[in-house]
Amino acid sequence: MAQFTLPKNSKYTEGKTWPKPDGASNVQEFRIYRWNPDDGANPRIDTYYVDRDDCGPMVLDALLWIKNNVDSTLVFRRSCREGICGSCAMNIMGGNTLACTLGIDDCASDSIKIYPLPHMPVLKDLVPDLTSFFAQHASIQPWLQTETAEPETEWRQTPEERSKLDGLYECILCACCTTSCPSYWWNGDRFLGPAALLQAYRWLIDSRDEATGERLDNLHDPFRLYRCHTIMNCANTCPKGLNPAKAIAEVKKMMVARAV
Amino acid sequence: MAEAKVAPRPLSPHLQVYRWSWTMAMSIFHRATGTALYFGIALFAIWLVALASGPSAFDAVQWFFGSPIGYLILFGYTWTLMHHMLGGVRHLVWDFGYGMEPAQRINMARFTLVGSIALTVAIWAIAFLVF
Repeated sequence: MAQFTLPKNSKYTEGKTWPKPDGASNVQEFRIYRWNPDDGANPRIDTYYVDRDDCGPMVLDALLWIKNNVDSTLVFRRSCREGICGSCAMNIMGGNTLACTLGIDDCASDSIKIYPLPHMPVLKDLVPDLTSFFAQHASIQPWLQTETAEPETEWRQTPEERSKLDGLYECILCACCTTSCPSYWWNGDRFLGPAALLQAYRWLIDSRDEATGERLDNLHDPFRLYRCHTIMNCANTCPKGLNPAKAIAEVKKMMVARAV
Repeated sequence: MAEAKVAPRPLSPHLQVYRWSWTMAMSIFHRATGTALYFGIALFAIWLVALASGPSAFDAVQWFFGSPIGYLILFGYTWTLMHHMLGGVRHLVWDFGYGMEPAQRINMARFTLVGSIALTVAIWAIAFLVF
């Protein structure tokens, strides 16, 4: 049964307000979720002020500015700073996205609110535990499976066949879509979630793959696939502009097509 | 070696912080109207039972349905039914893989609300004009 409220240990409280930068005239407020496994306290929301004249344009720039200039204990994942590694996925202004590709100006808010990806166990501050997310991705066996003898050169594909992978191969597994999905919030232990299912479709539709039947068998389950109720939060939130909901609809159609 | 003490991990906020979208709101509305329809069909069953029970029972039920509160309940039932019907059509279209692009999906979700209100008003307008 879905629990709509947060467990007792997860309810967050008002945290610390950090000092404003000295002599700054262009200041942006940030309200950021903090949790430290070492102090035994509940999560809290800290308030920070960033000097926009001394900081880059993106939300990730602001987080780094805070870490460098205000509070070195603030913890978050980041790597490529150009939207291809998927590390800095978090909930900013109520939507899941990458901190590195979202402009501070685009938030258009006096107070930018940042939380970890929703409904996930928190390791520290903005860092969620993605263990089960990646295990679910592994469960759809995201690699080419064939039975025919290996060709002497590469596996061939026509341009038309290749184009079917467009809008699928670009997924960077940042987990924005999966953690935006209410179905995944309530049944994340059994529903695979939009990211894993988009990847499943990426292999189902690949003309070179020969395990289509087994792949569909694996998904033929009331929870793994069919907990998708086309709520569309996944497609609305994907920072790469992909459409997991449509990919899932196509998988459901493949299920019907092979049954009739 | 002493075991490291790790506090139980909190669950990150979800419904509390997630921004509402049309598609998410209409999905939840579809659930809610679906549940409400169980009570709606009970109204219909009460009416049928009263019809089978004879004139006095039927008059009592008919009086209630004809009262202002009865009208309000029936109006709500009509809207719930229309909303759930249009929501069902929307999900059917999506299940065929159509109408899933960004502007389309938001407009379809909006249409569920606007269309259900328009249909409900139309049904009641016709009912009042005819009867």
